[in-house]
Amino acid sequence: MKEVIEELEKRRANARLGGGVARIDAQHKRGKLTARERIELLMDENSFEEFDTYVEHRCTEFGMEKTKVPGDGVVTGWGTINGRVVYVFAKDFTVMGGSLSETHARKMTKIQDMALKNRAPIIGLFDAGGARIQEGVDALGGYGEVFTRNVMASGVIPQISVIMGPCAGGDVYSPAMTDFIFMVRDTSYMFVTGPDVVKTVTNETVTAEELGGAKVHTSKSSVADGSYENDVEALLQMRRLMDFLPSNNRSGVPALPAADSADREDHSLDTLIPDNPNKPYDMKELILKVADEGDFFEIQEAFGKNMITGFARMEGRTVGIVANQPMVLAGVLDSDASRKAARFVRFCDCFEIPIVTFVDVPGFLPGTAQEYGGLIKHGAKLLFAYAEATVPKITVITRKAYGGAYDVMSSKHIRGDLNYAWPSAEIAVMGAKGAAEILYRADLADPEKIKARIDEYQRRFANPFVAAERGYIDEVILPHGTRRRICRGLNMLRNKTLENPWKKHDNIPL
Amino acid sequence: MFKKILIANRGEIACRVMKTAKLMGIKTVAVYSDADRDAVHVEMADEAVHLGPPPAAQSYLLIDKIIDACKRTGAEAVHPGYGFLSEREAFPIALEKNGLVFIGPNPKAIAAMGDKIESKKAAAAAKVSTVPGYMGEIRDGKHAVEIADGIGYPVMIKASAGGGGKGMRIAYNAREAAEGFELARSEAKSSFGDDRCFVEKFIENPRHIEIQVLGDKHGNVVYLHERECSIQRRNQKVLEEAPSPLLDEKTRKAMGEQAVALAKAVGYDSAGTVEFVAGQDRSFFFLEMNTRLQVEHPVTEMITGIDLVEQMIRVAAGEKLPFKQPDIKINGWAVESRVYAEDPFRNFLPSIGRLVKYRPPEEGRFGNVTYRNDTGVEEGGEISMFYDPMIAKFVTHAPTRLEAIDAQADGLDAFYIDGIAHNVPFISAVMHHPRWRSGKISTGFIKEEYPEGFKPRVPEGDELANLVAVAAAMDHNSNSRRRAITHQMSGQQVRFAKRRMVRIGDSERLVEVAGGNGNPTYVTWLKSDGTRGETREIESTWTPGEPVWRGKVGGKQVSVQVRPILNGCEVQYRGIKAPAYVYTEREAALAALMPVKEAPDLSKYLLCPMPGLVKAINVTEGQAVQAGDNLAIVEAMKMENILRAERDGVVKKINCKAGDSLAVDAVILEFVA
Repeated sequence: MKEVIEELEKRRANARLGGGVARIDAQHKRGKLTARERIELLMDENSFEEFDTYVEHRCTEFGMEKTKVPGDGVVTGWGTINGRVVYVFAKDFTVMGGSLSETHARKMTKIQDMALKNRAPIIGLFDAGGARIQEGVDALGGYGEVFTRNVMASGVIPQISVIMGPCAGGDVYSPAMTDFIFMVRDTSYMFVTGPDVVKTVTNETVTAEELGGAKVHTSKSSVADGSYENDVEALLQMRRLMDFLPSNNRSGVPALPAADSADREDHSLDTLIPDNPNKPYDMKELILKVADEGDFFEIQEAFGKNMITGFARMEGRTVGIVANQPMVLAGVLDSDASRKAARFVRFCDCFEIPIVTFVDVPGFLPGTAQEYGGLIKHGAKLLFAYAEATVPKITVITRKAYGGAYDVMSSKHIRGDLNYAWPSAEIAVMGAKGAAEILYRADLADPEKIKARIDEYQRRFANPFVAAERGYIDEVILPHGTRRRICRGLNMLRNKTLENPWKKHDNIPL
Repeated sequence: MFKKILIANRGEIACRVMKTAKLMGIKTVAVYSDADRDAVHVEMADEAVHLGPPPAAQSYLLIDKIIDACKRTGAEAVHPGYGFLSEREAFPIALEKNGLVFIGPNPKAIAAMGDKIESKKAAAAAKVSTVPGYMGEIRDGKHAVEIADGIGYPVMIKASAGGGGKGMRIAYNAREAAEGFELARSEAKSSFGDDRCFVEKFIENPRHIEIQVLGDKHGNVVYLHERECSIQRRNQKVLEEAPSPLLDEKTRKAMGEQAVALAKAVGYDSAGTVEFVAGQDRSFFFLEMNTRLQVEHPVTEMITGIDLVEQMIRVAAGEKLPFKQPDIKINGWAVESRVYAEDPFRNFLPSIGRLVKYRPPEEGRFGNVTYRNDTGVEEGGEISMFYDPMIAKFVTHAPTRLEAIDAQADGLDAFYIDGIAHNVPFISAVMHHPRWRSGKISTGFIKEEYPEGFKPRVPEGDELANLVAVAAAMDHNSNSRRRAITHQMSGQQVRFAKRRMVRIGDSERLVEVAGGNGNPTYVTWLKSDGTRGETREIESTWTPGEPVWRGKVGGKQVSVQVRPILNGCEVQYRGIKAPAYVYTEREAALAALMPVKEAPDLSKYLLCPMPGLVKAINVTEGQAVQAGDNLAIVEAMKMENILRAERDGVVKKINCKAGDSLAVDAVILEFVA
């Protein structure tokens, strides 16, 4: 027995070294941690249990039988984050560049299967060179197996990808099908084809950073949902994110003991809306002042900034926040903002996370760029997502809710549960000036007459009461009581039961 | 006594006057501009009258509108506060014509003291010690040199109509005197439309000491001792105290009596201030007399126990002063900090905007220390570009100077403001500056002690230990809460390492944390050899989300401002401002492997130094510029700020145009690298 134990210790020690000390040092020199170090940071202390530590590839082509390393370029297993079960795989760049072989893929699918079967989230840490070319189609087949499982798990358990090094070719599509992608600035990049191929095919000269760095994917392509300064910052933030997320689509949201009282009033909100309707204000102030402890985990902070999406807690329980941001493009709905919010709303609906929407929207963004870019279909995504969502939906209109955008932003008409408006709300087809100029075209030449018309429209519609008279707004509330109203509302809606008609799946305008 | 008075001012001073009026049972009327519609002084008043658009010239300076407001509301008297109309003789004259009372001095006294040259003549006539100098008009540069030679160098050449440092030159020799005269004269001409200048002795390492006087309409005048206001930045007072650490009884009495003599000479009949410049040898010379309630009047109130506003109102109503000179004693020491919306980390550039959070320390008497905060804003209010950027005057009173300073330090630790940049970190750091604490100060203090601008203090010693303890306790508290999340796997208790590596700025300390969960937390320092060092007990009711951590560390009361950042918080305490992280030992070891990234090279960019409006872009793309060239003009707080090239270069790209409004740090233009 003693010898076997010695053998085990030896093998373990050997496996833990991955690609060896020299490669670990090289990894550190690049500013990156090793797969096992990353898992250590992600999981509760001593909670990680590794599987398939000794798995080796079986390839015999191109002399591969001589280069075998236990673990085969990926570390897999499970552990806990603040006591909640999480499955994890981490690509090990020190072992054959983390390249994907048949056995490597099999280790991943084993973990994916367990996560799905046991209904717990799965986190993938990416830092790898793509398919192991020596294995040819075996590697491609492996990818396919991983992809299928990503799709099967989608909407059942949260799947999160953190890109912490290269991620190219076949490797990008597994993260692409997960719920959230996060990147590490300066050390990670993602693309389907790298700079060399780009140069050959399109004659474009571009660096890996310019083609697929964190900045590009968080602000331009919207492939990534956030980025962090380094590995440590990223992984500790993943722990923070996991505290917001449910374990699966049936578990309900996790709850933390709340230190913040539900009836906390904030009188400074009464002056949040400037007197001048064209002056912006920061919607994030409202979010931070309403949420428990001012704790807000923003999703896609750098993209489509005219829309804010992210997680917060109310009385300790997770909610998804969607809000127009008047500071950017007056909070207008454009294609980017619509797509961003639509995906977020659908995530919340998948996982039974109630949605709180703050509305200050002047309408959809006009122009050829938007129309050619398919604003109709992108806007429809958000409309569709809100309308189909069956989770509790609370809406607060702070200022403008104009035109079709009013309907889209979780209005009563698309099954909003509680629709509140601040006294400063203006719910109308459009702003008073635009409306008067269309209705009274004949008066356009006379500035005094048209001003009177604008004032008239302003008096009639630039308020929440017309909508409230019709029951489209349940109550006009004072800004300082917003948190109390939302907390009460969420409690009242705790047992909301609403089912959509049976369908194989819907046909959202993708 | 009046039944109702109007306060022709805004902000903290309007609130300050109303506070006393309310105590006296007098109804109050506020006036306001469009920008102040929701301001605290409007809310506080019994009635409020709208004056006009935000610029003062179209609102707070309109005498007719204020008189009209009095008539509409039935106010019998007007308190002008400071600034605005307070020292315009036309105002009391107009009020009187309309049968209204001015709560301030008579117009003749205002006129007599309003002109710098005239007031000096009056002071000399009243045998007030004046700075040796030439009061007549100076003909030319040669004349200026003659006079300067006569006085003895260094001399100061100053515009008669001047103020705020404009039209002022110091000369150490004849050549400088000739040059300085020409420069001062042309500046005076362009700034004030009046090119008269005078020359006087320049006092080195001067201190600014002023005497508060109070007179009634029956010829009685007393002095309420002195205030020292030597801590100034560009002639703007920042810290004030009463009494002055410089004066002895003899000097105090001499200054007080001279101030009273001057006040009597001009028939002064309200609260006023006689300003002196003092040498380190306690020589003192008359500077000017301010015929109004001063910003810094609270320190005098705190040491004398006399409510100056109340006395102003009473004497205006014709009452006699209720005390005589011997009744006025000095009790303890008071220090005032002016909390300004100015960014100390950006050379004190003004900052405007919404007060997203505004939590001043609680007012009141705590043991033998009194906290007082004169303010005219509240959370959710606005620091507007139209008016003075002062947010509050934070005053502490204690038996001794050092106790009052320590009370300032404690209070400022808890003075939490977010949304705009402010000078709390700076004044907080000054409270720990040995020279300020020693009292060996001069008006050059800030320039001499912070020649390179202000940087936060580096945490060390006991302050570092307190921050380590607080950070570790907060982390411990937050961990135990997260450990209580629902949906945990059963059969496994979540454990956290007790050992923590606490990083405050660049310092790291290894500690062990115990206790907590409603009981005191104990933080024990671990030495590098593994032995246990000091333990501090921490007691606090702080919960996450509260902006100020308050509690006891090792039995002592501590307040630390905490602003959340990723995986940690930024702590602000005793003029220290640093990121704080609490790691496990393993996390710390791995974090140490992370690359230190160099801050991006911003020298290629012209950044907008403050939120403001682009007035002009004075270069074009491709243009070669030299260091010092005027690149752009940004307007903020009604001030046009010229942005100049820091070095030679070529403009690559311009990102904005005139009329754009920019956030702080927005890139205005880029240079070719």
